[in-house]
Amino acid sequence: MKLADNATRSGTAEDLAIQSNSEAAEESGGLATPASITTDILPSDSATDLEVPALPTESLLEMYRKALAIRLMEEALLAAAEEGQIGGAMHTAIGHEANAVGAAYALQQGDYVTCTYRGHHHGLAWGMDPGRAIAEVMGRSDGFAKGKGGSMHFVSPESGMMGANGIVAAQVPHAAGLALASQLRGEDRVAITFFGDGALFQGVMHETFNIAAKWKLPLIFYCENNRYSEMTPIWRTSSIEDIFLFPRAYGMATMQIDGNDVEIVHAAVSRAAERARSGSGPTFIEGITYRLAGHMAGDLETYRPPEEVEKQKAYEPLVVLRSKLLKRGVGETAIAGIDREVDDMIDEAVAFAEKSPWPDAAETYRDVFVDSAASNA
Amino acid sequence: MRRTTYIQAINEALREEMQRDENVFLIGEDIGHYGGLFRVTRNLLDEFGDRRVLDTPISEQAFMGMALGAATVGMRPVVELMYMDFTLVAADQIFNQIAKYRYMTGGLLKVPVVIRGQQGGGKHYGSQHSQSVDSLYAHFPGIRVVAPATPYDAKGLLKTAIRDDNPVAFLEHKMLYFTRGEAPPPDEEYLIPLGKADVKRVGTDVTIATFSYCLHQALEAAETLADQHGFSCEVVDLRTVEPLDTDTVWESVAKTGRLLAVHESYANCGVGAELVARAYEEAPYLLKAPARRLGMAPVSIPVSRVLEAEVLPWKEEIVATVLDMERR
Repeated sequence: MKLADNATRSGTAEDLAIQSNSEAAEESGGLATPASITTDILPSDSATDLEVPALPTESLLEMYRKALAIRLMEEALLAAAEEGQIGGAMHTAIGHEANAVGAAYALQQGDYVTCTYRGHHHGLAWGMDPGRAIAEVMGRSDGFAKGKGGSMHFVSPESGMMGANGIVAAQVPHAAGLALASQLRGEDRVAITFFGDGALFQGVMHETFNIAAKWKLPLIFYCENNRYSEMTPIWRTSSIEDIFLFPRAYGMATMQIDGNDVEIVHAAVSRAAERARSGSGPTFIEGITYRLAGHMAGDLETYRPPEEVEKQKAYEPLVVLRSKLLKRGVGETAIAGIDREVDDMIDEAVAFAEKSPWPDAAETYRDVFVDSAASNA
Repeated sequence: MRRTTYIQAINEALREEMQRDENVFLIGEDIGHYGGLFRVTRNLLDEFGDRRVLDTPISEQAFMGMALGAATVGMRPVVELMYMDFTLVAADQIFNQIAKYRYMTGGLLKVPVVIRGQQGGGKHYGSQHSQSVDSLYAHFPGIRVVAPATPYDAKGLLKTAIRDDNPVAFLEHKMLYFTRGEAPPPDEEYLIPLGKADVKRVGTDVTIATFSYCLHQALEAAETLADQHGFSCEVVDLRTVEPLDTDTVWESVAKTGRLLAVHESYANCGVGAELVARAYEEAPYLLKAPARRLGMAPVSIPVSRVLEAEVLPWKEEIVATVLDMERR
């Protein structure tokens, strides 16, 4: 069994900063990197190491566009929140992009996803339109849920996006139910559910670990471990800091991976999906990542020194992706061209959302119940 | 018509709906191999197999949430809570998720989950196994609340609930399980729409609006009031608390001029308080005397049968309250 020897250990804020890993650091030009890949599959599973095949450059370019679109949308949303255009709680995923993008590209049309209220990146990665997504966050009528769900409830069933959730870990059993539906119907759909490290300490998470493992549900648990449950580091909340040890106690296969590298995420989720589709049951993936912005818009961020955030900026998903593209021979000019295109696309999306009308007051009273007169007849 | 038990009627409704629609499945604790703590799901595992009748670990939050997930893609889970008191264990999934999911997703998804199980006092189970949760469920928009009092109603309403595209809390009562009543044989299908009250006893002096086991207490009270005091009670069985069929109640009150609402959930902020408030808002001109409500006293439910009898709003209390209303 190979454990991540440089996985995040506790102590001080300084200790929490991701340690440099020599090999990966060399590859990315001496940048600080998170833990190397540790694929600890249960003894019953023969695989001990995750193979990470190089993805075609075309795919990496697509993933770069997607990750950048997420980043720029999040930044636009934070700006809009500062202008007072967005109320309530809004949680951005700046720094988390690779987890969603790598996973989405590893799964198939027809698969299901549920996620936490930090779910904008999953929404876009699964194909939601940025204009309608921003409109939803702003509470406008062109939002996916007509402005009723907002930032914490991204949903788009046509893309398999079955809902983000405002309650920590509540979306996890929903994904298990989607996986159960697939299993009962004999389909080969899998479900993936995203949550943060903080969700590990909700009871329903452990209930779902147990049932999913026992029933061999085609389910992928994906923990985006950004080291903070909202404003509190894990060493203040748990005496076990290696998160993947929890699901392992329920008899589940686990992997701990670098969540900032789309290729690694893609490989891990592909492998988990393969296990799920072949009837081998759920896999728990811990993607080590880092949230570069606050927990929510307006977070004072008193719980971490600015130097820690600065250090992480050297190894974040877009930096990693750009360095991969450069190494593949995609030129700076080509990348700058993509940057401009995506920037324009997000500008248009914001303009679309800002022009979207407010919902009609009558909309308030719709969708409480399905009009089921027909089914009662 | 044949006579059957309340338990048998529910078992038949489940069986018939599982035969009719392969998306219907049962999920809960001890419902398969054991057949349910109260034997409501007996024999269904044998007939439908363990892919339609799923025994779960004791994890109410997880299997409630799983029902939601499965329902959003067209399955029709029927979740058994061994005691409806465990609603409170699964409260986030029921009230924050299932009841709100359609609304929060702007109507993109529907959640046809039935949450069923028994509630109520009378068997000395104490504070955490005797509560009535009808008023609690009714407080939240987005979920139907059904509480049948007879085998006939239980079967017809449960079949409708399973076919309904909305979440439905289907509240059985532990005192009713072995009661008998008339119901058509299994090959004669019938459905009862949600939101239609049923006048179970015709009368002229006072309207008693009630549901679930309290209906039977009200009917006994009406008997006593007729025999010993010459009062004629009309007893309206609401059958569903959401939707609440106020039309039928107002029609009755138009005749009697008096309204008493009775239920076993707490009187405080309960269904009865709601019905009385609506009477004053919507039809005050019908009332010849102040409308009243009876419910559980504001204490946890004690085990001792003497103490439990004290807090339950049953026959004696109904008789006393009607007499008090008649004096005014």
